[in-house]
Amino acid sequence: MRALSAYAIPLLLLVIPLYGLAKKQPVYEQFVAGAAEGIAMTVQILPYLLAMLLSVAVFRASGAFTAVAKVLAPLTETLGVPTEVLPLALMRPLSGSGALALSADVINEAGPDSFPGLLASVMQGSTDTTFYILAVYFGSVGVKRYRYALPVGLSADLMSFIASYAVCRFFFSGGL
Amino acid sequence: MLNWLWFVLLAAGVLYGAAAGSLEAVTEAALNASGDAVRLAIEMCGLLCLWLGVLRVAESSGLVDRLGRALSPLVGLLFPDVPKTHPAFSAIVMNFSANLLGLGNAATPFGLKAMSYLQELNRSKEDATPAMITLLALNTSGVTFIPTLVISLRMAAGSKDPACIIGPTALASSLGLVFALTLDALIRRRQRGR
Repeated sequence: MRALSAYAIPLLLLVIPLYGLAKKQPVYEQFVAGAAEGIAMTVQILPYLLAMLLSVAVFRASGAFTAVAKVLAPLTETLGVPTEVLPLALMRPLSGSGALALSADVINEAGPDSFPGLLASVMQGSTDTTFYILAVYFGSVGVKRYRYALPVGLSADLMSFIASYAVCRFFFSGGL
Repeated sequence: MLNWLWFVLLAAGVLYGAAAGSLEAVTEAALNASGDAVRLAIEMCGLLCLWLGVLRVAESSGLVDRLGRALSPLVGLLFPDVPKTHPAFSAIVMNFSANLLGLGNAATPFGLKAMSYLQELNRSKEDATPAMITLLALNTSGVTFIPTLVISLRMAAGSKDPACIIGPTALASSLGLVFALTLDALIRRRQRGR
């Protein structure tokens, strides 16, 4: 599986132009024309990216995020979920780099092979940064009304976290 | 909704910062975030150019068409509103495959290209279409077989078996995805019924 991942990109870079040449296509010119599209797309995305990173950064730096996590901590405790992973669950949909830093904390503090460390690893890997994806994807085409996209994305995150916990209990501590 | 959310994060940060005496940190974070956004955008720009260039080559030779046609029965199930021969299918397939392989860098350009195809089919340009929301559900669930970043974190922390989380991660994210797609389909059907 990991070998497949290592070969995927070089293979695409070989096969796609090769197929084009076989079909007598001007592959170099086509590549350049396609690449030019990327510049316009970047310019389109940047303001959305900035707005999103700004509000999350302000929220985190003020200490408000830690305060929210502290208020919610008793909830996870009564459920029997390790409290270290709660900030991670709250951060994961908001900020990719923020969540990665929190996972690294848990993995280093509790140990990579401890239950909290394993749970943090699975949680980090099993969802993506919902707010970032929404802002960038919708921003790139100028869609302003997201309709039910946010509730679907966030409830999927919640579901993934619950599943992560159940799966970790099952695989790493001998049954649910 | 997004107007509110954005404002609440900012306002909570500023008010809490004032109360807790951390306004200096708030100022610094706001200024840094703006620079970070530009750096991130420049990094993304290179990747967007690379993959949109490759995609254009694949489109012009008819490769994308063939891939899209081969997979349209499967993808068509998830995107009933998209015409069977539409190029959006191939972009969606490549976006999803890149995610599966843990190639997040390539997934975003394909995903954004898919969005622009879906926008061509959109009749009111400022409103999200059901197909767009399904595409986002596919992406936010983050289904991946190889969580490369996490494995390297675990390796750095001296884990005895850094890759042991591959199976559990794939399982947990698949459950999340199935849930998201079910919820998405239910809401879509309900809205259409009106």
